[in-house]
Amino acid sequence: MRHLISPLDFTVEELTELLDLANDIERNPEKYAHKCEGKQLATLFYEPSTRTRLSFESAMNRLGGKVIGFATADSSSAAKGESVSDTIRIVSCYADICAMRHPKEGAATVAALKSKIPVINAGDGGHQHPTQTLTDLLTIRSLKGRLDHITIGLCGDLKFGRTVHSLINALVRYEDVKFVLISPPELRVPSYIREEVLNGFDFQEVTDLEDVMPQLDILYMTRVQKERFFNEDDYIRMKDCYILDKAKMKLAKEDMLVLHPLPRVNEISVEVDDDPRAAYFKQVQYGVYVRMALILKLLELA
Amino acid sequence: MLNVSGLKEGFVLDHIRAGKSMSIYHYLGLDKLDCQVAIIKNARSNKMGRKDIIKIECSIDVLDLDVLGYLDHNITINIIKDEKIVEKKTLKLPKKITNVIHCKNPRCITSIEQELPHVFVLTDEKREIYRCMYCEEQYKK
Repeated sequence: MRHLISPLDFTVEELTELLDLANDIERNPEKYAHKCEGKQLATLFYEPSTRTRLSFESAMNRLGGKVIGFATADSSSAAKGESVSDTIRIVSCYADICAMRHPKEGAATVAALKSKIPVINAGDGGHQHPTQTLTDLLTIRSLKGRLDHITIGLCGDLKFGRTVHSLINALVRYEDVKFVLISPPELRVPSYIREEVLNGFDFQEVTDLEDVMPQLDILYMTRVQKERFFNEDDYIRMKDCYILDKAKMKLAKEDMLVLHPLPRVNEISVEVDDDPRAAYFKQVQYGVYVRMALILKLLELA
Repeated sequence: MLNVSGLKEGFVLDHIRAGKSMSIYHYLGLDKLDCQVAIIKNARSNKMGRKDIIKIECSIDVLDLDVLGYLDHNITINIIKDEKIVEKKTLKLPKKITNVIHCKNPRCITSIEQELPHVFVLTDEKREIYRCMYCEEQYKK
């Protein structure tokens, strides 16, 4: 039995297979519409995340399966003090696979150790969010045709943004990927990413987005997250640092793609939405396909 | 010099950095064991100037000393049986340490989950980096 806890749990070959399957689902959804009949997905969301949860639920429904679960910790047994280990043992009796979002780092690892069903980490605090990474990889590969030989700019909150850390971890495994890390000095990527992951790879750290726009194949924007700050003033000072608008888009390549894990606050101006290079809503669609593929793989149905 | 032949069976931990013996006593959980322990502080040493020594009289399969590799890999372990040194062990960094050090990351699941073992994994041998198995935060001594 396999789990998905970290984006690196799959080898590059397994990832290719998974992304191929997701693309096949995209082309032939009817072929997969009944694959999960009689199966149940449990969505255990200790921390609200409507989009991720709906994406999982939509994925399971489109496969013909059913969904059970909870959407906040206070409506679950966690409010009564039940441990993750106990909850997962119980859910193992109800469902065939589960997706878990938890505010504490490493919660999904704890669940996987005790679980009798495959566990998908749907986000564990500021740590990992592997299905977002799978979504990003599928979006890039589907729209660009490749994951190697690209220059990717990552912009915004690179310190707390786990999607950024996971994506870097995943992309260093492909050939000739250049990283341009664009952030205020306070929100640089953590030193361990620089020293252990990016060490030996082609990367640069800059503070100015406009300067580097022309060289990018992909621009990955992130939100400066209010909940990761301890201090309101710091948040207000930071959040307007990098706003992508039409003027900045003029500096970019014709075929550059703009990705964003969403929700957006104001870091991408609405006027960019109609630009053909804006891929962030397509990314949401790919998120459903890749979750469908993942559920099928972990349930060993494809 | 102090004589180790007084032990029938047990361990002599030699070449402990001077002053570190008490913390090793606690890390090994010797305070919880019902056996004779002698702690020698600031013994004269040709090699180190001063050193600490711990002598433990116990059955040699009682103690798991691998963790010493993490605490101070310069320590020499003498294993005593029938009043003789039967083995001299030098230490390596353990690949995994369970319930010796605790994760200090307040956002880690270990901070709330009941009775979860604290497990650290050696992720970089050269730089002696251990990371929490759950949150992957690096342990800082």
